[in-house]
Amino acid sequence: MSPRPKRLRKISNPPVISGFKPYGGKSTDIGKDTVFLEYEEYEAIRLCDFERLNQFEASHIMNVSRPTLTRIYSKARGKMAEALVLGKQLVIEGGKIYFDSEWYSCKSCSCFFNNPDKEVEPEECPLCKSKDISICEDFEYEEEESFPDNIDLCVCPVCGYEKPHSLGTPCRKEICPECQHHLIRKESQHYKNPMNESSNNKYRKQHGQ
Amino acid sequence: MKAAITSTGNSMDSKMDKRFGRCAYFVIYDTESDGFEFIPNTGKHTPEGAGPAAAQLVAARGVNKVISGEFGIKIKSLLDRLNIQMIVLKETEKTINQIVEMLNHK
Repeated sequence: MSPRPKRLRKISNPPVISGFKPYGGKSTDIGKDTVFLEYEEYEAIRLCDFERLNQFEASHIMNVSRPTLTRIYSKARGKMAEALVLGKQLVIEGGKIYFDSEWYSCKSCSCFFNNPDKEVEPEECPLCKSKDISICEDFEYEEEESFPDNIDLCVCPVCGYEKPHSLGTPCRKEICPECQHHLIRKESQHYKNPMNESSNNKYRKQHGQ
Repeated sequence: MKAAITSTGNSMDSKMDKRFGRCAYFVIYDTESDGFEFIPNTGKHTPEGAGPAAAQLVAARGVNKVISGEFGIKIKSLLDRLNIQMIVLKETEKTINQIVEMLNHK
């Protein structure tokens, strides 16, 4: 049985540096080994030790459960101690994370905007300077009702099935209902010159065309 | 401060393009010098990865804001990491001139 997939951890800001190097020490081996601190571990340290939040609050900010946050945090402490005691380099990278910022909506010009400067609350709309803004929970890119002049089409390279392209979804993620193939963009070079494309040659061989 | 607006054409009267990665042109507007720059979107017809390529294109110009009708799933996290503000305008009938006027708060 495969383990449950890890939940994506939410990171509010990337760290300002990408790691630490030790200095001093008599041995030449100092700093040769590296400890990799993951982004999520960095974020746990930042929330718990720098922002002085408790673990429950920190777990909500990172969108994981409280026990998971505790596990991430203790791993982070262990790695930092290892780097400190053994004189290892500390590199901050990796981890199953995503960066996120809050989304706001403006009532006067009916636009949505996000706040890249996560520490400071925005007070006005960046477009029209109206103060009539509100935070929107769970901002999602709603599907637009219709795009009359949307001429983009996703097309199946095998059977030629076409559908209008839906914004925000890569064509490759769409599956042809006729022959279960990944769709591609109609005006793309892959579709225009199928003979020159190795990927399309592959399709042809598979389907004996 | 610089803002990038996605445009369907290369004049000030053209409408905003509601797509980010596959728009026809980017208008880079500098609010301080009041200067404009129209950049054709070279990645418009690529089969995939048009969004990230476009994000790099505008990030290389040093913009702080991007105004468009829609942002794809690949772009959101990328622009978040680059600290570029995304502004989603649902009124897609606005022209570049009107958006620039809004930015100047006239």
